[in-house]
Amino acid sequence: MAKPRVLVLRAPGTNCDRETAFAFELAGGTAERVHINRILERPDIMEGFQVLCVPGGFSYGDDVAAGRILASQIRRHLWQTMADFKDAGKLILGICNGFQVLIKSGILLDEQQDQSAPATLTWNDSGRYEDRWVHLSTDDSTCVFLRGIEQLYLPVAHAEGKFVPSSEDNMQQLASAGQLALRYENANGTGNGDVHFPANPNGSVGNVAGICDSTGRVLGLMPHPERHIDPTHHPRWTREGLKPEGDGMAIFRNAIDFFS
Amino acid sequence: REEVEQLARELLADTVVERTVVGELGEEHLNRLSGDNSQLVHVLLKPGVMDPVAESALQAMQDYDFDVDSVRTLRKYWFEDVDQEVIDQLCSQVLANDSIEQVVLGPLNLEQLELGASYDFSLQTVPIRELTDEQLEQLSQQGQLYLTLVEMQTIQSSVRELGRDPTDAELETLAQTWSEHCSHKTLAGRIAYRDENGERNFENMLKETIFAATQEIRKQLGEEDWCVSVFEDNAGIVRFDDKYNVVFKVETHNHPSALEPYGGANTGIGGVIRDPLGTGLGAKPVCNTDVFCFAPPDTPLDSLPAGVLHPRRVMKGVVSGVRDYGNRMGIPTVNGALYFDPRYLGNPLVYCGNVGIIPREKSFKQTSPGDWVVTIGGRTGRDGIHGATFSSAELTSESETISGGAVQIGNAITEKMLMDVLLEARDRGLYSAVTDCGAGGFSSAVGEMGEHLGVEVDLEKAPLKYSGLSYTEIWISEAQERMVFSVPDEHWEEFFELCKSEGVEATIIGTFVDSGRLVLRYMGQQVADLDMQFVHGGRPPVIREALYEAPPETPFQEDQLQGDAGIWLTAILGSLNVASKEWVIRQYDHEVQGGSVLKPLVGVNNDGPGDAAVVRPILTSRRGLVVSCGMNPYYGDLDTYHMAASAIDEALRNCVAVGADPERIAILDNFCWGYTDRAETLGTLVRAALACYDVATAMRTPFISGKDSLNNEFSYQDQEGDRQTISIPSTLLISALGQVDDVATCVSMDLKAAGNLVYQVGQTHDELGGSHLGLVSGASGGRVPRMDPGIALPTFKAIHQGICQGLIRSCHDLSEGGLAVAAAEMAFAGGLGLRLDVAGLSEQVGEVAALFAESNSRFLCEVTADNAAAFEELLEGIPLTRLGEVVDDGQLSIDVEGRQLLARSLEELKEAWQQPLRW
Repeated sequence: MAKPRVLVLRAPGTNCDRETAFAFELAGGTAERVHINRILERPDIMEGFQVLCVPGGFSYGDDVAAGRILASQIRRHLWQTMADFKDAGKLILGICNGFQVLIKSGILLDEQQDQSAPATLTWNDSGRYEDRWVHLSTDDSTCVFLRGIEQLYLPVAHAEGKFVPSSEDNMQQLASAGQLALRYENANGTGNGDVHFPANPNGSVGNVAGICDSTGRVLGLMPHPERHIDPTHHPRWTREGLKPEGDGMAIFRNAIDFFS
Repeated sequence: REEVEQLARELLADTVVERTVVGELGEEHLNRLSGDNSQLVHVLLKPGVMDPVAESALQAMQDYDFDVDSVRTLRKYWFEDVDQEVIDQLCSQVLANDSIEQVVLGPLNLEQLELGASYDFSLQTVPIRELTDEQLEQLSQQGQLYLTLVEMQTIQSSVRELGRDPTDAELETLAQTWSEHCSHKTLAGRIAYRDENGERNFENMLKETIFAATQEIRKQLGEEDWCVSVFEDNAGIVRFDDKYNVVFKVETHNHPSALEPYGGANTGIGGVIRDPLGTGLGAKPVCNTDVFCFAPPDTPLDSLPAGVLHPRRVMKGVVSGVRDYGNRMGIPTVNGALYFDPRYLGNPLVYCGNVGIIPREKSFKQTSPGDWVVTIGGRTGRDGIHGATFSSAELTSESETISGGAVQIGNAITEKMLMDVLLEARDRGLYSAVTDCGAGGFSSAVGEMGEHLGVEVDLEKAPLKYSGLSYTEIWISEAQERMVFSVPDEHWEEFFELCKSEGVEATIIGTFVDSGRLVLRYMGQQVADLDMQFVHGGRPPVIREALYEAPPETPFQEDQLQGDAGIWLTAILGSLNVASKEWVIRQYDHEVQGGSVLKPLVGVNNDGPGDAAVVRPILTSRRGLVVSCGMNPYYGDLDTYHMAASAIDEALRNCVAVGADPERIAILDNFCWGYTDRAETLGTLVRAALACYDVATAMRTPFISGKDSLNNEFSYQDQEGDRQTISIPSTLLISALGQVDDVATCVSMDLKAAGNLVYQVGQTHDELGGSHLGLVSGASGGRVPRMDPGIALPTFKAIHQGICQGLIRSCHDLSEGGLAVAAAEMAFAGGLGLRLDVAGLSEQVGEVAALFAESNSRFLCEVTADNAAAFEELLEGIPLTRLGEVVDDGQLSIDVEGRQLLARSLEELKEAWQQPLRW
């Protein structure tokens, strides 16, 4: 069977596109880095791909707010293209800035009746950008990307990653639908949901680190799985030894395996 | 209005966490917070200062089909029941920076947002043929040319021969090209040097010391020479593997950072990234390194001279400036250091460096006649005028007012877009040469590229941010994020289309021609016509005297030390230079690009101080790059020769400690010095350069690039009205770029397992001069550490062998604070105790030196009991002392023959180390 084709979307200021494409290729896919302008010119090129990944970076400088301008471009010009892509049973992954873009464009979470967003990502409680490693656990969900994964150890690197729902009701709905797919966790998994800085690096409500859409085929997450694919990416490999591969590989492999 | 409200909700606000207020300028509800009598303050950027958010918002609104001409951002503050005096003080000290921002009290009344005015061309000539010497000097100062009298006289006699006065553009071109910043005329000049060893006359000091060392090493290496291009291009190039070379450059951006720390550091890192991009046919940046020197952040506010920003504000601004630019560029910042000394008060130092990787066949450039001169990236504005000449001037308390134009804010995304198309165009082979537009703007960039040919430029073609710039302003503007290419005509269309496809502006502004002349036109009228040879070779040599007299050596005042050694150890761990820099490091993305191998923070809790960072620049390869640095300004107060030698040793041993091959390390020099017209100040610099030569040749470690920043002094009037000058300590940064064959062999500095043995490798001497023990205790005197390449080289090779053979579990270099600090850091980074007995050292040098001396070329190594015999055998002939073992009792204890010198819990030591900069 032909290798699944992955479109890694590039916009001005995207900066994790190369290593993210590399991770998909390592997982057995064929990855192409495509500039947003090419898709705006010819939205139908999306049809040739099975996976869309919006990688990390600072799209349009994160000016105004993180991911906002790219999200607004997608919303205005590519709404139908994205809907068709999802409806065709394909996969969408947003990492860090990509997660911010997906949630702010409305692709990830259905809007409420008044057209407002049910949740957002905003400034870290620390008020600044931070790069640190976090422990993650998965919720029982239908998310394709997280199949067979219970725990992950990955780095976060962002300033605006605090998950905030617009209401308690929305939070409940997302939780009961299994959409709060990924949560920050204490190192030893203890605390029963009582997770504080720095284990919860940004103050996310419910320790939410990633969410999926209602189909389980769209995932957005703040941590960077592409930064933990090689055994030497682990911050303590010189103490703990080299594992066969980094935790993040499983996410990319799940995406590719979905089509084989 | 409804449309604006919709736009505000959809584009400008996040309605989950924010609300919008829409109104027309002047409407009352915009000024009130809640109808109270609070005082409203607006802070907005001065007209023409880069505002990236406004630029992006403008484009996004246009994408909304919104009819909008211009956007500005501003901040509003409301004060309730606060005295006007306090508000004014807060505005000037905290909320706004006068060099880029303006404060408006009360309601805002803007007439217009757009900038620009019409410009009527008229050719300006400067009548200098008849000027007296005094008038020439006056012209040089007032015109911000900062040329010396001899240089002005040279220009005067040259134009007398021509029979015409120069145009302002011609004079400016010479001032830029001949500036200290662009030509390094002092250090590359004639220097008569005298020290205790006698006299030495240099024709070109840099060439005869630092460059000469590299030339000799290359000659010795012969066929094994791994240098590719040194001291020629915008950055040095050395061999990496069969397909790639690696490029390294470090620059300083001190004066702009003193006035506007955020913008200065921002454009500092932005500028140095363009160096590898502008080297050969363009290298892909793979990591950054940043080293800063500040006055202590607890300096009392009321002790600041006028015109000086508080060091805490400078530090926060510089760190966020580097963070916001480096992170947006997607380049990991993996290495750095911070140094503190009161003498950096008015003149902080900001060193920014960048490493790039380049295909071997793209390492050289060649402009040809007929190629187009093309500029791409940012537009040209009135920003940064006279940055090159200003950087050579001494800072004064008035600098803030006269040099506002030299201070800028960067726009990282413009540079990121430029980088994306540059790398694509390079791989498609669309241009023949490239260089960055840095200091001096087009005048330097185009002038350099056309140096061996000739060039004709039509200045009105350069895209402008706003109208009203004169032809000379266009020529010398240092607006950021621009690069100049030489594009053969057959590739122009493809080059242009590529840029356009990613929203990057590319414009032809001239042609390279085989004329040997620099010709500038504006709307068809010639505004400059200079002989390239005169521009680049006409500057009269600078002739300087340099004197060095060693201060007398006095014994270290050991009687100043009271209490047990643990008190001094915790004091050193808590001193600013040694204390944890986690607050800074975490704000930098140090893992983007996916090649991180050893992070700046290591250990059981990911928070110990690593010696050097390791990255894999090519994701399909196991080969790694190692980046580290060395700097010891305190030693320079005693002897700059040993300071320089020690800085090289420190940079190398940091590299070696993680696994770099000592025979494949390239180094860079960055001199930041005081006023070098003073013979004594220049003397300390020449002395440091002599050490660079001696040590580099002996270690076979080539210098591949370097840069100097002179006249780092700050003058002000004290309360009595007397002029005071603070000169920075002589500060040499050595940056090292090492290589490892297989990154899986690297080791980190954190202790790994109880029961392992710990050795000191290298010899401790009675060298407490300039030490951190002296710094924290106030004890002066002592001998400054020497460096012996005859011991250092075999030691480094042995450590490298030990690491490659897997004999070393952890390795840490001994530097600030000596053995005691290194042991404490290894222990708390690994979360394991350490029980040492230093009798083997103290019987030779005494207990204080054994613990705290900062002698060079030393390491602490952790070795498993099984490997002890093999390790000792490998180290034969090299000073080696077994000191003790790793234990699991959570404590560092150091004895001499069973008598306790210190014992402290790891928590106490770590807290002392983390507390000072836990901001």
